[in-house]
Amino acid sequence: MVLIHPSRAETAPSVKKPSPPRKVNRGRRKESLTALGMVAPAVLLLALFIFVPAALAFVLAFTNAQLISPNPIGFVGLTNFIQLFQDPVFYRSLLNTLYFAAVVVPVQGGAALGLAILVNTKTRGTSFFRTVYFLPVVTSMVVVSMLWLFMYQQNGLINELIHRLTLGLVTGPDWLNNPATSMPAIILMSVWQGVGFHMVIWLSGLQTIAPDLHEAASLDGVSAWQRFRFVTWPGLRNTRALVLVTITIQALSLFTQVSVMTQGGPLYSTSTVVYDAVQTGYQQQQTSYASAISLVFFALVLIVAAIQRFLTREKA
Amino acid sequence: MKFHKSRRLLTASIAAMVIAAPLAGCSGTASASGGSGGSGNSITLWTHNAGNPAELAADQKIVSAFNSSQSKYKVTVQAFPQASYNQSVVAAAASGKLPCVLDMDAPNVPNWAWAKYLAPLDLGTSLKGQLPSTIGKWNGKVYAVGYYDVALAMFARKSVLTAAGIRIPTIDTPWTQDEFNQSLAALKKTGKWAAPLDLGTSGTGEWWTYAYSPLLQSFGGDLINRTDYQSADGALNGANAVNWATWMRGLVTQGLIAQKSGADANADLTNNKTAIEYSGSWAAAPLSKTLGKDLAVIPPVNFGSGPKIGGGSWEWGMTNTCENKAAATAYLKFSLQPQYQASVAVAAGTIPATSSPAALKLDPSYGPGGSNEIFAQISRKYAELRPPTPAYPFISTTFTTAAQNILAGADPKSTLDQAVRGIDANIKTNNGYK
Repeated sequence: MVLIHPSRAETAPSVKKPSPPRKVNRGRRKESLTALGMVAPAVLLLALFIFVPAALAFVLAFTNAQLISPNPIGFVGLTNFIQLFQDPVFYRSLLNTLYFAAVVVPVQGGAALGLAILVNTKTRGTSFFRTVYFLPVVTSMVVVSMLWLFMYQQNGLINELIHRLTLGLVTGPDWLNNPATSMPAIILMSVWQGVGFHMVIWLSGLQTIAPDLHEAASLDGVSAWQRFRFVTWPGLRNTRALVLVTITIQALSLFTQVSVMTQGGPLYSTSTVVYDAVQTGYQQQQTSYASAISLVFFALVLIVAAIQRFLTREKA
Repeated sequence: MKFHKSRRLLTASIAAMVIAAPLAGCSGTASASGGSGGSGNSITLWTHNAGNPAELAADQKIVSAFNSSQSKYKVTVQAFPQASYNQSVVAAAASGKLPCVLDMDAPNVPNWAWAKYLAPLDLGTSLKGQLPSTIGKWNGKVYAVGYYDVALAMFARKSVLTAAGIRIPTIDTPWTQDEFNQSLAALKKTGKWAAPLDLGTSGTGEWWTYAYSPLLQSFGGDLINRTDYQSADGALNGANAVNWATWMRGLVTQGLIAQKSGADANADLTNNKTAIEYSGSWAAAPLSKTLGKDLAVIPPVNFGSGPKIGGGSWEWGMTNTCENKAAATAYLKFSLQPQYQASVAVAAGTIPATSSPAALKLDPSYGPGGSNEIFAQISRKYAELRPPTPAYPFISTTFTTAAQNILAGADPKSTLDQAVRGIDANIKTNNGYK
């Protein structure tokens, strides 16, 4: 497209001089070669670590491949998928994943926006708060999970706080060992860890909004809410789409917290699709079955992303 | 042949993929240098104990002794961190880069032998007098042998037990189920402990099967029918197994154990947060340091079918792709000399696999009258190997999930039924692991 456009513009006025466009073309070709060379490392890595495994997973899902086995691999058709759709653990994992995403996406997105607006003011000390809110993001999720694992214990920091703040009236639950509280506990901790990252994205969006718009609005005497609703919110359209898609994908691939803190338990209350895939594929050596899980997961993410893309599309 | 090659590529990619996913960021120590376990008369040896300098040094000492004892063969050591050791072996096997000699956790031996990673060993008389649980067999052939084993046991303060009127059991007259239940009830009644027994339920991975399947076996159940290893039906979901599961859950509901125990069981016992700790011989040294003469080592409980503990620790074997099997065999034979086996056991703080005078001279504590003698006795008398079948990795993870669900309150019978269905289906998928 880039190549066609200028040459068309060039040929229209001067038909007699065919050489300049060709020169341009040669230069363009050289440029595109350079461009190719520059994207090559990224494309190569993407191909090696994303496309090839994805294609492999697609093929393996229809075989009986095992991680460790002396038997040859054979195609077994839809066997893995039939087994998968009869597997109560898979449904439970799917439900847990959707539950996690359904809560985390609005809560984390909203909290991040709130924080972003708070630290976007021009008062002293905002960069201190920005740093503080961003700290959990740069900490490894494994480390964060370990710390919260201790905080969530029956007599851990969180229950101790609840106990003190309610003057001993309320005793907190054994957060991670109770099927009713394990997932909310993981949600809370995940939001805390991830909120800083999306705060920064919102913040960059906020700073693209021209200050004269705000100025004009305040001259018109609008309330703070009206200013947010009619100036800030429309100005964040593109940022919103980005935040929505990134949090959703991040939420759907929940794994680390579960692996470190609960191992899917108790009673499968925190098992997720990715955790299930890793567990069956690696611990239980069922490569093909895990590939089938991954394939279904891939389709799921694709559908969700497509719906989101449709809902946030540029309306012409 | 072509198919085989592409299969290898597939498995290599899967292995790489699977390893890369959860361990992203981990340093790639797996890069193996050299071809399939070295060339000519120099062979490579892999070990899991890069994180255990004492044990690694003991292994290295055997290697240098072997290298200087003759001039024909040369062994080189490559050590890996334990956490990523299995992954490294699987990846190396898929790409045909296994070393000649390697060590492995005992329950993996049949799986790796079945997958043709390992070659059968012909060690002749070198295995004479070896502790039976340290020999890794599958289909009637020996594939691996270990220098040491560990033993499960319980630990408590003598003073605490006596004060609560509890008999301190011995190896010949261990607690019965009733006696154990009464003891726990008596301890609970004192009101000193939120949960008197620490079963180590905060442990992860292989610990659950290693620690709790012997209890199941003592109840009369098992992980799988050991006649032909084709089905778990009846063994893992029979009346005895359900009794075991009901008893385990009962410990939680009666407040005798914590559903998730503390992170440091030794510290909890020392600090009087728990009264009895279920652990293994490895806990004896730190506990006797803090509790001294007050420490009671309690042999496993007899729940009806005799006291049981799991057998088998790290063992050494030779790979199928090894180009110089004579060199590997010569090294393994050399390393099985009592003084070398014992030196590794001493470094690792474990029960030597040989009780010959040469070994006892290095560590008399496991000999007659020694402070650790009881562990050697427990191991000799009560060790039951984890089912020697290639299905073991699958069985172990399935059992772990089932046991965790049962402790969390799932219905025992239906949970065990589901585990049996999973295990039987997996065995069928793999054509019976024959």
